[in-house]
Amino acid sequence: MSHATTTITPPATAAPTTTAVAGPPATRFGRDTGLVLVRELRPVVRDPFSLVFGLVQPLFFLALFGPLLVGSLGGTDVLGGDVWLWFVPAILVMTTLFGTSGTGANLQIEITSGSHERMLVTPMSRSAMLVGRALKEVVPVAAQGLVVVLVMLPFGMRPNPVGVLLTLGQLAVLGVGVGAFSYALALAVRQQEWMFWAVQQTVLFPLMLLSGMLLPLETGPAWMRAVSYADPLRYVVDAARELFAGDLASATVWRGWLAAVLTAAAGLAVGVRAMRRSVG
Amino acid sequence: MIRTRGLTKDFAVGRNETVHAVRGITLDVEPGELVAVLGPNGGGKTTTLRMLTTLLAPTSGTAQVAGHDVVTHPERVRAAIGYVGQGSGAGTYQQVRDELVMQGRVHGMDRRAAGRRADELLEALDLAPQARRKVESLSGGQRRRLDVAIGLVQAPPLLFLDEPSTGLDPHNRANLWEHVLRMRADAAAAGRPMTIVLTTHYLDEADTMAERVVVVDHGQVIADDTADALKSDLAGDRVLLRAVSPGQVPALAALAERAHGTRSVSVDDAGTDVVTVRSADGARAVPELVRAADAAGLVLAGVQVVRPTLDDVFLALTGRSLRETAIDAGAPESSTESSTETTEKEVA
Repeated sequence: MSHATTTITPPATAAPTTTAVAGPPATRFGRDTGLVLVRELRPVVRDPFSLVFGLVQPLFFLALFGPLLVGSLGGTDVLGGDVWLWFVPAILVMTTLFGTSGTGANLQIEITSGSHERMLVTPMSRSAMLVGRALKEVVPVAAQGLVVVLVMLPFGMRPNPVGVLLTLGQLAVLGVGVGAFSYALALAVRQQEWMFWAVQQTVLFPLMLLSGMLLPLETGPAWMRAVSYADPLRYVVDAARELFAGDLASATVWRGWLAAVLTAAAGLAVGVRAMRRSVG
Repeated sequence: MIRTRGLTKDFAVGRNETVHAVRGITLDVEPGELVAVLGPNGGGKTTTLRMLTTLLAPTSGTAQVAGHDVVTHPERVRAAIGYVGQGSGAGTYQQVRDELVMQGRVHGMDRRAAGRRADELLEALDLAPQARRKVESLSGGQRRRLDVAIGLVQAPPLLFLDEPSTGLDPHNRANLWEHVLRMRADAAAAGRPMTIVLTTHYLDEADTMAERVVVVDHGQVIADDTADALKSDLAGDRVLLRAVSPGQVPALAALAERAHGTRSVSVDDAGTDVVTVRSADGARAVPELVRAADAAGLVLAGVQVVRPTLDDVFLALTGRSLRETAIDAGAPESSTESSTETTEKEVA
């Protein structure tokens, strides 16, 4: 063993450490957000295959629900001209929703294991702990969305390329918001872990079905259409469909941006509050 | 280094019930001390530690840690202390070295300094070969050493260890302590004494490692001294006198009662030939007892001096055995404490 020979020289930086830490809160926040973001992305980048699992569910919807949609509504003009241009954008929103709404489970693992607690006993900005994590969602959302689009190209789907990129951008913003809500949920139920998935599923499905993601709301009852206006996803789904079709700056698209940005703002606000209160 | 006054923590359990986890702890720890906080599970030691490390806000009372108030300046306390919690501090899916660098960066080091410090610590804690491994692939002992390394990143003047060796086998416990004590000695040699405060329910760990033992029970400090002083002041040695025949036992017991330093004398049951003497200093009492027995014409078949353990201290203080409350309950108990404490809602 190398015990006897190793001597530890205290780090030269140890003394100034405390002064650096006491820097302006804004600097601290920016720096720490970056640190958290990089730390969260590392396992994803090192093991990109993990992102594939998030694609299983949406791809099944494409493969096993898409044909049903074509069969039952393909000939009609309820879905516009091209069923895939109607359905694939919605699948992108679904991928975003499924992926980011479950991300709080990652924080839950850290809370259970003790690594979150270790971070809490450092001068790291509490807000950064949340914002850095939420921002990380941009990467899986964009990567998974791109894969879905690429998968569909051989099947003859021809979306507007700029529209695809703008959709991914909008979904990234939405993903930050949903991710932040998911982390807030993980923090809120940290004493009853099973609650996390119960709440997540309970919220997820109404949001998904009321957004008109799978079937057009136009064919639904009036009350359902009325309720759907309260679902922010509805605006993002509608915007994504127009963006894919090449309508890049319509009122619907702008409403989509607004819904995404408001979701992100609300999610971050709730999440940061939850993180700040997570210690006594 | 630590100064608490009347530190108290209440938890609301259910609607009307309040648990007084910590009831007015007043404690002073000087720079460079190695203090073990010993007590049964649920006795309040972890709650106390969580208040000192800013993880829990005290219900009342004050605590200054590393020169800063835990309530008014928690971020300064956090910058100054190292903390090794009961759980595993390193992220399961992270690589070993990355976590150390991250910790250094969080404490304000630039990338290069954090990298250098990470390499030093990996070397010092025998983790260099694991630098690129994922934390989840480490053994229990390696994981704990990594936790200690993370706690030491900014070379803190004060290190908290919350049940550091729970769940480790004796070999790994010894190994962990070897590393901790060496890091402390190195820090002292560099002119920067490191204070260590640990909680434990391993009696022998508190006994052999700590220079000072604080016994906490029912949320209060019930004893605070060196292990040796606690043992001789509170428990005393046991001197076992074996008579040649049970018939001589009463006379031997009477004689022992009168001996210098005797605190109590007991004879286990009727048929026995052993007299148990509790004495302030067993080694000194023996020659006197032997001489006195000789003079009285009593013949001793054997004499044994049993040094007290910290469990005897706890027994003397509370009438309960710590071994029964903690060790026999085994490893699951240790997690019970933290989980009950975290599931209890805080009193606002």
